Amino acid sequence: MFLTISTTGSPERPATDLGYLLHKHPGKTQAFSTSHGNAHVFYPEASVQRCTAALLLEVDPVALVRHGRGKGRGGAPDAALAQYVNDRPYAASSLLAVALGGVFRTALKGQCTARPELAEQARPLRIEVPVLPARGGAELVRRLFGPLGWDLVQAEAVPLDEQFPEWGDSRYVRLVLEGELRLADALRQLYVLLPVLDDAKHYWIAPDEVDKLLRAGDGWLAAHPEHGLITSRYLARHKRLTQDAIERLELVRLAEADGSEVEELDNAVDENRDTEERPVPLAVQRREAILAALRVAGAQRVLDLGCGQGQLLQALLKDPAYSEIVGMDVSVRALQIAARRLRLERMGERQSSRLKLLQGSLAYTDKRLAGYDAAVLSEVIEHLDPERLPALEYAVFGSARPRTVLVTTPNVEYNVRWETLPAGHVRHGDHRFEWTREEFRAWAGEVARRHGYGVRYVPVGDDDPEVGPPTQMAVFTQHDTDTTDTPTDTTGTTTDTPGTTTAAADTDTPKEGEAA
Amino acid sequence: MTGTKSPRTRTLPVTDLSLVVLIGATGSGKSTFARKHFKPTEVISSDYCRGLVCDDENDQSASRDAFDVLHYIAGKRLAAGRLTVVDATSVQADARRQLVQLAREHDVLPIAIVLDLPEEVCAERNAGRPDRAGLPRAVIQRHRRDLRRSLRGLEREGFRKVHVLRSVEEAETAEVVLEKRYNDLTHLTGPFDIVGDIHGCSSELETLLAELGYEDGVHPAGRTAVFVGDLVDRGPDSPGVLRRVMGMVKSGNALCVPGNHENKLGRYLKGSKVQRTHGLAETIEQLEREPEEFVQEVREFIRGLVSHYVLDGGKLVVCHAGLPEKYHGRTSGRVRSHALYGETTGETDEFGLPVRYPWAEDYRGKAAVVYGHTPVPDTTWINNTICLDTGAVFGGRMTALRWPERELVDVPAEKVWYEPVKPLAAEAPGGHDGRPLDLADVHGRRVVETRHLGNVNVREENAAAALEVMSRFAVDPRLVPYLPPTMAPTATSREEARGGAAEGYFLEHPAEAFAQYRKDGIAQVVCEEKHMGSRATVLVCKDADAARNRFGVDGPTGSVYTRTGRPFFKDPAVTEEVLTRLRSAVTDAGLWEELGTDWLLLDGEILPWSLKSAGLLRNQYAAVGAASGAVFPGALAALEAAAARGVDTGELLERQRGRATDAAAFTEAYRRYCWTTDGLDGVRFAPFQLLAVAGRSLAAVPHDEQLFWLDRMVAADEAAGTGLLRRTGRILVDTADEDSVRAGTDWWLELTAAGGEGMVVKPLQAYARDGRGRLVQPGVKVRGREYLRIIYGPEYTRPDQLERLRDRSLGHKRSLALREYALGLEALDRLAAEEPLWRVHEAVFAVLALESEPVDPRL
Repeated sequence: MFLTISTTGSPERPATDLGYLLHKHPGKTQAFSTSHGNAHVFYPEASVQRCTAALLLEVDPVALVRHGRGKGRGGAPDAALAQYVNDRPYAASSLLAVALGGVFRTALKGQCTARPELAEQARPLRIEVPVLPARGGAELVRRLFGPLGWDLVQAEAVPLDEQFPEWGDSRYVRLVLEGELRLADALRQLYVLLPVLDDAKHYWIAPDEVDKLLRAGDGWLAAHPEHGLITSRYLARHKRLTQDAIERLELVRLAEADGSEVEELDNAVDENRDTEERPVPLAVQRREAILAALRVAGAQRVLDLGCGQGQLLQALLKDPAYSEIVGMDVSVRALQIAARRLRLERMGERQSSRLKLLQGSLAYTDKRLAGYDAAVLSEVIEHLDPERLPALEYAVFGSARPRTVLVTTPNVEYNVRWETLPAGHVRHGDHRFEWTREEFRAWAGEVARRHGYGVRYVPVGDDDPEVGPPTQMAVFTQHDTDTTDTPTDTTGTTTDTPGTTTAAADTDTPKEGEAA
Repeated sequence: MTGTKSPRTRTLPVTDLSLVVLIGATGSGKSTFARKHFKPTEVISSDYCRGLVCDDENDQSASRDAFDVLHYIAGKRLAAGRLTVVDATSVQADARRQLVQLAREHDVLPIAIVLDLPEEVCAERNAGRPDRAGLPRAVIQRHRRDLRRSLRGLEREGFRKVHVLRSVEEAETAEVVLEKRYNDLTHLTGPFDIVGDIHGCSSELETLLAELGYEDGVHPAGRTAVFVGDLVDRGPDSPGVLRRVMGMVKSGNALCVPGNHENKLGRYLKGSKVQRTHGLAETIEQLEREPEEFVQEVREFIRGLVSHYVLDGGKLVVCHAGLPEKYHGRTSGRVRSHALYGETTGETDEFGLPVRYPWAEDYRGKAAVVYGHTPVPDTTWINNTICLDTGAVFGGRMTALRWPERELVDVPAEKVWYEPVKPLAAEAPGGHDGRPLDLADVHGRRVVETRHLGNVNVREENAAAALEVMSRFAVDPRLVPYLPPTMAPTATSREEARGGAAEGYFLEHPAEAFAQYRKDGIAQVVCEEKHMGSRATVLVCKDADAARNRFGVDGPTGSVYTRTGRPFFKDPAVTEEVLTRLRSAVTDAGLWEELGTDWLLLDGEILPWSLKSAGLLRNQYAAVGAASGAVFPGALAALEAAAARGVDTGELLERQRGRATDAAAFTEAYRRYCWTTDGLDGVRFAPFQLLAVAGRSLAAVPHDEQLFWLDRMVAADEAAGTGLLRRTGRILVDTADEDSVRAGTDWWLELTAAGGEGMVVKPLQAYARDGRGRLVQPGVKVRGREYLRIIYGPEYTRPDQLERLRDRSLGHKRSLALREYALGLEALDRLAAEEPLWRVHEAVFAVLALESEPVDPRL
């Protein structure tokens, strides 16, 4: 990773003053050791007219991986960082920011003991970062540096691989900044904005990050229009990332085994949307529709199958009518978040005895689910490949057989009403299908017929006269079952009564002894 | 009494699985008796349980808790099928009622042994025990009063055997004799011919018996017929059937369990009032033409029938209507009722008939359960159970099962003897195969038994991750009968390059692989070219029918999936196209016939890498290439400029030049495995093993034979011009022959110099054990020097990095590879033996779970 800082000058204000400002002699190559490798400072040019200082950080990726060990369960705090194949040695990331902060510490503080007046002066600067990882692309880079007093903010995307133009651009840009600034200000901007643009790849976890941000942002951050984004990216993510890495290592390994990215498998919890699409009121409406249907059904013991992060569970807990509430999800991570959200560990005994969280899957029958009044499958079926729906159908309607089953799913017809949704797109990346009202009813009707349920349909949300409601709900109710539990002779018309059977069996059994 | 009279010895028969309740006042010698006749672990005493809960064996206030503990332990023992003796006074009816209830809950016989000894004896014994010396005489008197009052009613309370010992002498000389249960015929190993429902179809029965090789009820090879019941009713000649079966049972050539129709006929013959429906009227009418002695014999025969039999060392259970595992070998009214009538759900179908509970879907027992009762058009195994009633009396067939051969033999009905009320059920009464995967089969901490490596443990957190992937992303489990095991690399190379100093050092080199196998006693190994793409397992069926019949799926003709069971291609049409091309290759190579199969399971690699791993490539590999490609020109120019100014750049410039070269080499390395594809154009499949075909796991077939089959497929595909299949290059190496080893090494150098990923070295015999009988790694990979840049990073070849990387530990990876290999073999063996889906899935799931164990992913 590499950056250069250049300035121009004249005999009155020689460019080589840069050496004083940086506290690094232009005639030498100096090396400094940092926690992730050696940083070198040298000057490719140093004349009165032009002077350029270069900072080169030699990151050792193997050390990076091994450095991470001992945290969590034997891994670095981030999946990509755990790889020896890593862009850190080449891209200007948070590691370079750390090095910058160390190597140019006094310059960053705006101090210059030999020539104090220099530090106070703005001078023509040109900063070049050939490989800057930028989540948000060139556009965000311009938004971040634009308001900071530069005459030129140039950010060009670096292509991924010129041999495969179809792969498009990489997440790196080549950044050039030109303008008249105080060197200390320029360095502080870089110190904060390099990791902000890099995002997700913070490699420090220190308790004093807030102080550091405040110090480095002094004088420019507070007034920056992207102030919110900068602080949240700088501070918010590193905590969650370290936590997540611990929770999902097993899935990381399965993704690695398959040569896929972690996000392909570990997407049960949507970080950005909290599993609820916008506008949020629809999620609320859906929950209310479910609660209303449960009340009508008179359910007390309820299964929330695919409970996700537990929003419905929370609502159910508030109503004492529900004596037993079971939340099941296939994602361990979703359950952990649900438990945290519901404060399961701090709940009183009486409350917590009403609630159970289980990991389970509707691709399998599950004896634990038998005997409940109602089951809710809210926004669940569309996360299954259609080929696997028969298994879910059997697990719920054939095996668990609650008296009432509520199924909600998006109505794809309504998608044209979502302004933000591009035509032909599903509402969530993991939706394997979205059905029209007709398709949903065809499926639900067949399911009901096959398993002895009646079914009615309830619109959820604004019921558009043309395209219907955004969410559709089917309420299945089991037909009253005949309570004759007679042993059967399937080809006959009537059978022995249970009384005679058991009596016969009971009196016959001792005779097994006699006769044999 | 003088010593002249020899003591009379009482024998006390006790069923080998029962709950024995000792009854007697305090001091009557129950504990002594129990110690003498039973194993210490079989006896649970209330005093001991009192001690467990409150530290004082005589503290009566702890009785309630103590009995909770006693019942709990007894329950656990009975559930596990162990004889259990309760040593408590049990003189009160209420205490005994709980024990009888416990016995019934676990379907075992309650047996009472009463020690009815004189008060004086009890008092004397208590006086001799320091902890009981102070016990008031009244307590003994009260116990004896309670006991006397109970004595006559014990049978009525439910005790099936009651032994009363009335004197010290009798108690001291009595002998407990363990008796087998009547249903326990585990010592009989057959071979058996199990015959389904007959319903008076005497002529068909004779034909079937003849077909099975019986001559007048006797098999010349000494086989035993086993009748699953429903011999009578509806058909033309129930007496004829009875005569034949009774004769064979009497002469020891057959066993018979009762059907519900025998049960009802028995009640009729006993004089009970029964409805003459379901063909009973016909039987009664036919019996009226028979002599009275015969009818008498029939009555006795039916009275003596035992509800079910456990045969052949516990491997086989025969009963009329199917039986869950927990009832096998048990004795209770409930068991008998289940055996005769089966279980219903409480619901009724459209004909108003009770809906049968699909018990076979839940069945996970090791014993095969063979039964009848519900007529079905076809017999099918479901979870190791099979229904043999093929509706002979309704014009279907009469079916028998040869055991242990598991061969079906049937004869057609001569006519429709009786019209059924409703059409024969389309599916077996036990349920439907394919869907009975239960969470309990895979969830939580599990131990999977494998034939080749014993028990393999799966940890809970790994099973949880596997559940998520299997449920949310995988192909239908019926089409994922196998997942490939991980493979360990060869031991780390310590030697310098053989290719000259310029090549630097190797991290992996064939020398170690050959040496390891030589040490393991493997003389011949095959080196196979390692394709760099994505692992793919392919199940290809001959046609949609074969897929339906064998795998129970409607539509797809097979599957193509990744190493975590996910569909390889998003579009099912592409999968089908791949299967179509493969199918033609198999057909043209003549493998369907040669292998006698209508499906094949193949292991291989699909190329290019960029096809499946585009995301990873873009976000990681190409990204690193792009970053390095963009940073070095500027950095090098800057350093060169500084050097030109006369600044001492030391080794920095040289080092950066080296790093730039390494980075460029890295980009070259990943590019070799990427190319643009369009649909299936440019997509290649390189199969390297035929895993299984119908009835046979091919995992132990030597690799040269394997490759011969695969080469023929590839040749057929090339002739057809689809461009899909790719040959796997290989060379055989004799591990003890230096020249051969050198040739193998040169082959690898050549392969990797040309950009190949490397090779896999496998024992030629495929399945191998070392000198000490331990399973040998089925293969080790030896990856090329350039390829490893993708794994260890662009600069890993620098001597300082290599030195550090050599400190890699292979132990866990090798152990994991072996465990997954054994699970994979197990899945294939279970698949080949047509074991139930859950058994195959259990092993497959375990492979996936193990894949989430923490192990260095670069190995």
